[in-house]
Amino acid sequence: MSGLGFLAMAYTAIWVAFFFYLMSLGRRARRLEQEIETLRAAKER
Amino acid sequence: MSSRSDVAGRLRPWSDVALPALTGVAMLTAILFVFVVVPDEKVQGVVQRIFYFHVHLAWMAFGGFVFVAATSAWYLRTGSRVADRYAEANAEVGLLFTTLVLITGPLWARPIWGVYWTWDPRLTMTVVLWAIYAAYLMLRRLGNGDETILRYAAVLGIVGVLDIPLLIIAVRLWRGIHPAVMLSDDPEAGLRDPTMIWGVILSGIALGLLFAWLVSLRARFAAIDDQLALRALESERR
Repeated sequence: MSGLGFLAMAYTAIWVAFFFYLMSLGRRARRLEQEIETLRAAKER
Repeated sequence: MSSRSDVAGRLRPWSDVALPALTGVAMLTAILFVFVVVPDEKVQGVVQRIFYFHVHLAWMAFGGFVFVAATSAWYLRTGSRVADRYAEANAEVGLLFTTLVLITGPLWARPIWGVYWTWDPRLTMTVVLWAIYAAYLMLRRLGNGDETILRYAAVLGIVGVLDIPLLIIAVRLWRGIHPAVMLSDDPEAGLRDPTMIWGVILSGIALGLLFAWLVSLRARFAAIDDQLALRALESERR
């Protein structure tokens, strides 16, 4: 593989990792939203 | 239908708007410099461009782990939940950055050294650093909020940071083969073009802002998690 190939792989790895980490934070946000909704519903009952 | 701002409460102008916007602009500018503006380094060629991010990923991770140690000490002294949340957030983002250091380093090493990996002192100490903070996060998860386990983890967070000065001086102390990345004794090699210096500065700013943004998001989710756990406990008691 050429130097350009290694360069592309390195930066692809960086962006893929950041993308998946942001996705995991998004999943945590959605889980927290659901928990808040559950608590709200329990409080209203 | 609820939006993300429902989780975070009110929209915060700095961490929800300004910080991600600044991070995006800085990142695009840094990428433009690294891929378009800066010339190839004379000795290493195009593959040297990996270092514009590799070096700052490492420094941001080190900064994050120093912050873990400082906030862990604060937590041990005062029992502050805020300090503990920031320690965890910095450890998690620091571990992500260290993982990327360990991925991008070998991708540079293969065309330059001819091998992906060698047990050079600096590389070995980086793996040790990664393992320490991975253990720190695993310990916290296994403890499941137990106060004693959180205190043990805090001690590990403080002790772990001692690896960083060793890692930095490893090249000189044990004569490793890891290069002095930015500076070279060869008058023609290294960062000789002014745009290369700008590439280094801009990628540092971009990754610094990204680190701060990710930590602020992570710490905020942990704070909401804490509040929810507290409310759930209160409603169980009633």
